[in-house]
Amino acid sequence: MNRKLLAAPYLVWVAGFIIIPLLFILGKALTTADGGFTLQNIAAIASPIHRKALLLSLQLALLCTVICVLLAYPLALIVRSSKLNQQSIVMFILILPMWMNFILRILALQMLLSNNGILNMILSRFSIAPLEIINTPAAIVFGMVYDFLPYMILPVMNSILSIDNNLIAAARDLGANGFHVFWKVIFPLSLPGVASGITMVFVPAMTAFVISDILGGGKIQLLGNVIEQEFSVSMDWNLGSGLSVALMLFILATSLLLGRGQNQSDRGRLLW
Amino acid sequence: MVKKLFSRLYVGLIILFLYAPIAVLIVLSFNDSKSRVVWGGFTTRWYSEVFSNSTILSAFATTIALALLSALIASVIGTLAALGIDRMRRKQYQVVMFFTNIPLLNADIVTGIALMLWFVRFLPLGFTSLLLAHVTFNIPYVILCVLPKLRQMDVNLYEAARDLGANSRTAFFKITFPFILPGVLSGFFLAVTMSMDDFVITYFTKGAGVNTLSTMIYGEIRKGIKPEMYALSTILFLIILLLLILMNIVPRLKNREQTASAVRDF
Amino acid sequence: MKKWCYLAAAVCCAALTLSGCNNKEETESLTIFNYGEYMDPDVIDMFEEETGIEIKYEEATTPEEMYTKYSSGAISYDLLCTSDYMIQRLINEGEVQKVDFSSMQHTGNIGDKYWEFASVFDPDNEYALPYFWGTVGILYDTTKVDAPVDSWDVLFNGDYANNIIMPNSQRDAFMVALKYLGYSLNTSDEAQIREAQQLLLQQKPDVQSYLVDEARDEVVAGNAAMAVVYSGEAYLGHEYNNNLAYTIPKEGSNVWLDTWIVTKHCQNVDAAEKFLDFLCREDVAAMNFEYIYYSTPNEAVINSLDPELRNNESLVPADSATDNCEVCTQTDAAVTQLYSDLWKELKSE
Repeated sequence: MNRKLLAAPYLVWVAGFIIIPLLFILGKALTTADGGFTLQNIAAIASPIHRKALLLSLQLALLCTVICVLLAYPLALIVRSSKLNQQSIVMFILILPMWMNFILRILALQMLLSNNGILNMILSRFSIAPLEIINTPAAIVFGMVYDFLPYMILPVMNSILSIDNNLIAAARDLGANGFHVFWKVIFPLSLPGVASGITMVFVPAMTAFVISDILGGGKIQLLGNVIEQEFSVSMDWNLGSGLSVALMLFILATSLLLGRGQNQSDRGRLLW
Repeated sequence: MVKKLFSRLYVGLIILFLYAPIAVLIVLSFNDSKSRVVWGGFTTRWYSEVFSNSTILSAFATTIALALLSALIASVIGTLAALGIDRMRRKQYQVVMFFTNIPLLNADIVTGIALMLWFVRFLPLGFTSLLLAHVTFNIPYVILCVLPKLRQMDVNLYEAARDLGANSRTAFFKITFPFILPGVLSGFFLAVTMSMDDFVITYFTKGAGVNTLSTMIYGEIRKGIKPEMYALSTILFLIILLLLILMNIVPRLKNREQTASAVRDF
Repeated sequence: MKKWCYLAAAVCCAALTLSGCNNKEETESLTIFNYGEYMDPDVIDMFEEETGIEIKYEEATTPEEMYTKYSSGAISYDLLCTSDYMIQRLINEGEVQKVDFSSMQHTGNIGDKYWEFASVFDPDNEYALPYFWGTVGILYDTTKVDAPVDSWDVLFNGDYANNIIMPNSQRDAFMVALKYLGYSLNTSDEAQIREAQQLLLQQKPDVQSYLVDEARDEVVAGNAAMAVVYSGEAYLGHEYNNNLAYTIPKEGSNVWLDTWIVTKHCQNVDAAEKFLDFLCREDVAAMNFEYIYYSTPNEAVINSLDPELRNNESLVPADSATDNCEVCTQTDAAVTQLYSDLWKELKSE
């Protein structure tokens, strides 16, 4: 049997519930309020305000992704070396907090970080100067890392934990030191997991807006805020859709560029 | 030794980071004040009030049903999709993955409104439309969790099983599936998370009178989130924690018994 | 791994049972669209019991959200409660049915003043029934603010730098600046609106945050000295922290009014009118008032309040307090676009 056929139900789903709604968005993006054709809504991404929001989103999302990788990777290595045989339990402990409602968690985080918040109360007990992090980009990145970290941990841990011990033993037998084992065996084998994690963290982080509204105090405008504003306040669906489409094109272009940079070998490619 | 200490510290810090806001929520569930920023003394009354509030309970039931069903359907479709995508050539692969990323990429309000405009044409809004919407944004998470496992898998294992006479189904269920199962489970869990957290898409695709906990919570933000919500979250949290502990301890006790009886028999 | 399969199976069974219990028999029913937490749930139960009409109740957080969902035609709403300018839009678009309020039993409870507010967007009072109303003003912490607050000036003079919370909604934020400058909040004069934006731009470094829903809690918690909030929030804030006070600045402000309308899709107008009349009944209006604690236009309820609440300025403002206040009306497309652009510019700084 051709295994590609297994993707058929999904492709039907993609056609029915992703492509068709996407056509609605494209339709809005390519028309004016009166229904005439225009490219202005998409080109609007280049206007100074939108470009600034896009660049800021890009910066914060990248920073968030990098921090997530840096936090998740050592964690996965530690769990691997601790020889815990209950991997699913570790996974569960890491994902359990996510099952409390998102908005409740972000509000709790705001209570922790705010100027008279819990964290500063604790710090003042130890006579440490209070942190003034709330309503800054740092708070937004903090919130994003908090919200997205499990999306990095799970795929990274999955791929690192399933590396065959025999491979590592073999590498050691052949004289590889700890660093070589990591660089030549563990790292390459963990890449697909890291790539998935990057997708699941970076891509949604580009359009986050609740976190920037609550933890950023509404003072920092990300592209997600602009799109949300166009749809839900100005009710300019055309411009909102245009910006969304522009963001899609941007991500598509990035992934194609990254894809081109890679070798053709089937196993080594990144996921996007 | 230092290394071990450091490792413990690191894991501890990450767990502290993830659980600190949860601790805040649990404390709030015992707060005898309707405002989240005022401590009005200790109370357990929100816990009894949760169970007499039929609106919250029905929203809770809908939330759980929706999360589990949508995650399950997404896991099945997503796993099959990942198996297929894994075999695709580069170009096909890139195209499919682009569409897979779209639900992750689009701001929720864009996806929500687009799905609503589409559903309105053939479906009355209700539980079904919610389920379709949730499955749609859940599938990518499953695919992204399963694909890396497939990439990592040694093709030779599967081939070896085939060579030894296993048919393709047996080979799949004996070799491939157990290997990718952790990925499928991760995808399932992430899908449950996504479904429980979503507000915007749910709002636009739900019918009148259908509520989930998220839609209720968003409606309450201005007037102050009802403390019953914290209580309900705490209960949910403790139930899952309890399940987790049981699932761990019971098999261990069983193992111990077996070892003990084996020793006795000997 | 077996246990996971058992778990999954159990989970599916549970999910199917849970999802199965959503069907109900069709009876006479009304589909109602309202803001979140904007009606005592017991009121709905009472209405269902008294009339046998089943209520399908749906909530939203913003007028725009309501409009989007309403206009998609996804759900055929019978009754809808939203804010002044959105009601105006719906009336202008012909989405609303005329209702003869004078023939109803309890609509007399609504004071003349409020029908007058409503006449700004519904000139002959033939569509919209006042439900709750209030003002926009400054909620401040008297332990942090010494000088008496009676002007929008405190937000702009820099005395409380980094201690101010402004509204995270373009119309409300511009309203503050426009009123401070002495202009109408419904102005369509581009120069005036740009002048207001300049003022907001200068103010931005002093602003701690732009919030809507969380503003009250931030002042209650002592994270900020003052915030621009709706009057109903002020009452709740005072309940949690006695040091808070509320003022409507002398330059004037926005008076908002949420009203009910019957949509053109409503088939069962009788039932809809019954519901509206029910809302005006003294005991029902009192229940809602005690649930929501926003200012009620129901004079029967106001007159029977105990003196403490009756004299609370944020709940029952004196007639003179709203003298300089205006009801917010819908802006035309060009002005909406201008607001949106200027707001994004402000936020992007």
